[in-house]
Amino acid sequence: MKVSRSIADINAKIKAGKAVVFTAEEVIELVADKGAAAAALEVDVVTTGTFGPMCSSGVFLNVGHPQPRIKLNEVYLNGVPAYAGIAAVDLYLGATAIPETDPANRSYPGEFIYGGGHVIEDLVSGKEVRLEASSYGTDCYPLKRIETAIRLDEINEAILYNPRNAYQNYNVAVNRGEKTIYTYMGILKPGMGNANYSSAGQLSPLFNDPLLKTIGLGTRIFLGGGIGYVAWHGTQHNPSAERDERGMPKGPAGTLALTGDLKQMKPEWLRGLSFLGYGATLQVGVGIPIPILNEEIMSYCAVRDEDLVAPVVDYSQAYPQRLSGNLGLVSYAELKSGSISVEGKKIPTASLSSYAKAKEIALTLKDWIEQGEFILTEPSLQLPSVDSGITLKPMPRKDPEEREDR
Amino acid sequence: MIRQKIVLRFPPHIVEQPTIYHLIKDFDLMVNILRADINPKKEGRLIMELSGDDTAYKQAIEWMKGQGLEVMNLEQQIIWRDDRCTHCGACTVICPTEALYFERPDMIVKFAEDKCIVCELCLRACPARAMETLVENANFG
Repeated sequence: MKVSRSIADINAKIKAGKAVVFTAEEVIELVADKGAAAAALEVDVVTTGTFGPMCSSGVFLNVGHPQPRIKLNEVYLNGVPAYAGIAAVDLYLGATAIPETDPANRSYPGEFIYGGGHVIEDLVSGKEVRLEASSYGTDCYPLKRIETAIRLDEINEAILYNPRNAYQNYNVAVNRGEKTIYTYMGILKPGMGNANYSSAGQLSPLFNDPLLKTIGLGTRIFLGGGIGYVAWHGTQHNPSAERDERGMPKGPAGTLALTGDLKQMKPEWLRGLSFLGYGATLQVGVGIPIPILNEEIMSYCAVRDEDLVAPVVDYSQAYPQRLSGNLGLVSYAELKSGSISVEGKKIPTASLSSYAKAKEIALTLKDWIEQGEFILTEPSLQLPSVDSGITLKPMPRKDPEEREDR
Repeated sequence: MIRQKIVLRFPPHIVEQPTIYHLIKDFDLMVNILRADINPKKEGRLIMELSGDDTAYKQAIEWMKGQGLEVMNLEQQIIWRDDRCTHCGACTVICPTEALYFERPDMIVKFAEDKCIVCELCLRACPARAMETLVENANFG
């Protein structure tokens, strides 16, 4: 029997408490045993998860007007600068922002103990955050300086808006150089002393819907321990990346922009991080439900770590100098085993994305759906996929004095 | 037969005493020094593994305490905060003794305190700063 079900069919089962939900890890065995067709008959939803450092994250805040009013110009939250170039008391705080007083890499490698990601974690923890701001003063906004403290439940809005999350696959970072380097992929020891990766592999959302057949604009998701939505395709979205015959990308490809109300999120799933010698960032918990509309979608969700590969990239030269090419492909099963082989050398591996926590997210989302607390949404727009022609562009380099429009 | 990793703290006035000589000569203990530092205040810290006869070991510990040394078990030196750990595993390739390791296939980070040599590399390698050390250790970098 051929399976064809709609999101409305699935939602009716969720509301009746009868939806059959598997995590992307659990469903692998089911499909191996019964085949994709029979598994698709049985399963309504597959849940995915990922919990990794995602630098392109941040929060829009509206902190309310003081008396008298102020047009915020320079703003610091616990010393971390926020962007105020929008309306009077609207702000955007980015995950990688650091205080001006942070020595950064002047004391190499810098520790980056506290940054935007940590402020977000403090806010969502309900802690008071110090707000210092200055302005130039206007007739309508006379106040020129304010020092106060804010708490999440005291301000009007806090909307997490992450321009790029949930990368569909990522590089495996190694260091072929002669000295230790400090990167956003962690500490990389010389002579390929270690290899660091950052994906939940078979549990990762976009590995389970590689061609974006179900995830679209408005898809309801698990975000930061609460409910969020897919807001757009992410920045640097590169659906045209090289893929295998099943459509799985062999390197960094699709991305998602995600949003949601910070006030209902949890600090456990939004964690401020400090990467030695690189900077501060935010670890974001994301879980996306995949509706099993047909056998094809089911077969994507059955993907295993053995079948997913990532490129090994040298972060001492190739990555910073933006040179093309890699040192070969390795599977996520090899990466998870604890060592990979590159150029004949056995290299210990480590992850920056937490597989254990990704699994916890997929199980949590599964539980929400089984309890009837989480209803799926119909995407209001498909995101650009492999047929979109979208490719990743480098920054244009030209002499600004020679601009064509001058 | 006992085998135990310990941490010794030397006040400035005994930092130049030949303590290790006495442990070997008088108590017949085997000594494996893992790490030794002296801070600018001339306080010493010595991390080592002692092995030998149970009674001799106990006598040696008492003797060292009598000399004014502070003696602690190594397990209390580095603290792994489970509530901060996200089980990413970034520490597991930095830890030189595999005291921090992945338990497979669940990919849970574990900390085997008895393998730790207090090198403190994990403190800054952990992005979530889940590894902590005693405040006193901050003087020994």
